[in-house]
Amino acid sequence: MNGSEALAAEASAADIPGQAKSARKAPSVLADFLFRKTTGVVAFLVAISLVAIMISLVDEGSKALHTFGWRFLVTSTWDPVNNQFGALVFIGGTLISSVIAMVIAVPVSFGIALFISELSPNWLRGPVSAAIELLAAIPSIIYGMWGLLVFAPWFAAFEPWINDHLGAIPGLGLLFQGPPMGIGMLAAGIVLAIMIIPFISSIMRDVFMVTPPALKESAYALGATTWEVARYVVLPFTRTAVTGGIFLGLGRALGETMAVTFIIGNANRLQASLLMPGSSIASVIANEFTEATTELYRSSLLALGLILFVITFIVLVLAKLLLMRLESAAQGARS
Amino acid sequence: MNTLLYRRRRLVNWVNMSIAVLMTVFGIFWVVWILWTTLRYGLPAMNWALFTQDTPAPGADGGGLRNAFVGSLLLLGMAVLIGTPVGVLAGTWLGEFAVKHRLGAIVRFLNDILLSAPSIVIGLFAYAIVVDPMGHFSAFSGGVALTLILIPVVVRTTDEMLRLVPGSLREAAIALGAPYWKVITHITWRAASTGILTGIILGVARISGETAPLLFTALNNQYFSLDVNHAMANLPVVIFNFAMSPYANWQQMAWAGAFVAMVFILLLSAGSRWLLRQRGQKH
Repeated sequence: MNGSEALAAEASAADIPGQAKSARKAPSVLADFLFRKTTGVVAFLVAISLVAIMISLVDEGSKALHTFGWRFLVTSTWDPVNNQFGALVFIGGTLISSVIAMVIAVPVSFGIALFISELSPNWLRGPVSAAIELLAAIPSIIYGMWGLLVFAPWFAAFEPWINDHLGAIPGLGLLFQGPPMGIGMLAAGIVLAIMIIPFISSIMRDVFMVTPPALKESAYALGATTWEVARYVVLPFTRTAVTGGIFLGLGRALGETMAVTFIIGNANRLQASLLMPGSSIASVIANEFTEATTELYRSSLLALGLILFVITFIVLVLAKLLLMRLESAAQGARS
Repeated sequence: MNTLLYRRRRLVNWVNMSIAVLMTVFGIFWVVWILWTTLRYGLPAMNWALFTQDTPAPGADGGGLRNAFVGSLLLLGMAVLIGTPVGVLAGTWLGEFAVKHRLGAIVRFLNDILLSAPSIVIGLFAYAIVVDPMGHFSAFSGGVALTLILIPVVVRTTDEMLRLVPGSLREAAIALGAPYWKVITHITWRAASTGILTGIILGVARISGETAPLLFTALNNQYFSLDVNHAMANLPVVIFNFAMSPYANWQQMAWAGAFVAMVFILLLSAGSRWLLRQRGQKH
């Protein structure tokens, strides 16, 4: 853009003949300078707001971090009455519910992306994409209400089956034993999965679409089936971006609040069974923040927010870096 | 020709492709189920009182969501009023002055992170910078939280839309002697206006359902209020409180509110899609 800026400066300097040159030259150069600086400063402010978030959370959470130190991260006691706080239960809950969501959402998103990019007839592509993207438009509070009042009772009827079949597996079965309550870690993970499917599948679809046709067609010409092209040509080519998309979905799942608050069960302990209620960082903040009466209690919740922010920040940075790598690879393949 | 191998490959292909179709049906199944639920419980709970009366006391009959609707619109208005100029200016810097700039790449990167940052963390931030110093919950702090969620959406679309404007347009204006700020405000902003508007609408659609950041900023208020300096009722938090309550009347009202929010958001996304299509036809 520097070239055109120089052009602009010259253009305004070489003014319309007959008018006082110096009088007009100065204001427009100044106006250009001011305009450029204003937009730059605003952009800079937007960018450093992330840093501001980090600093303010560290500041607000410092009391808890000072009081408990590193133990805050590894203690599972959360006892507002005795002013003892530890984040382990909630970190665990956040990670476990997100992992369940990823286990379900990744294959489903891959199937959807495959369908849209390789199988679907042209006329169906738009409507199917729009329907899946609608999942992203539904606000999380509606997911929560639906999850608690409609999905959970339905899921509770399904849970005895899980108990009998998955619960019977030696070792792993421990994860799937529990009373059929409908709400709990597994239910939260399933709802989270539905919520992040649109994000992961739309990225997968987009990157599948940018795979150079020449690569795919060469494989087809050798007699490869659609699946083989997808598995051995498209997926290896887009692997980094697909991973990026998965991380982006993970970032969403980790920070998702309302739906999880409704359906995770809000029990402040960590249990082996996924059918039992639990808590995530976001859900405990949503539930308890306005009830936090002591300084230390509130500070502990803000420290939890800081932990969540740091985790999602790392995941999102990884996601972006991975996605950027495909962009340059695709450009390289095209040129 | 090894027909056995060939058959096996064809079978594998068939099975996997069927799974892909099933997964797509599986995905669409949830959309339909959730939309159907909102419609089924929300539509019967709709009535005029919903828009003319305020939220009822716990356990009481009747009442509406007027204060929540007004509060939500006010919060959205605040976010758009602050978020749009900030977002457009920042996006303009990225799309006009920093396209291949190292600093531009960093700002773009951070903005993308902000775009996906958990909304509850943004709410905590608004709490830390507004509620805590002021000493009380306020609608203003809720507006700040929503603004911070809206801004990165606007920045990103503005940036992308400006970069789509052909350079020849800029050069033509510059050749006529227009200073660069005029080129941007009169030519490129105008050429990208539909796209930028789409971004703003999508951003509004996104923040109009946001609940988490409002829980400890705007909080809730049983009464009608336009005072941005104090707690104010707003639709998402009212839906949350009512849905979690044991009162049938409140739960019904939560469904009605959810239905209204859903229709509002669907209209906004349909509107932005329509705008984009218009734009596609124009060029």
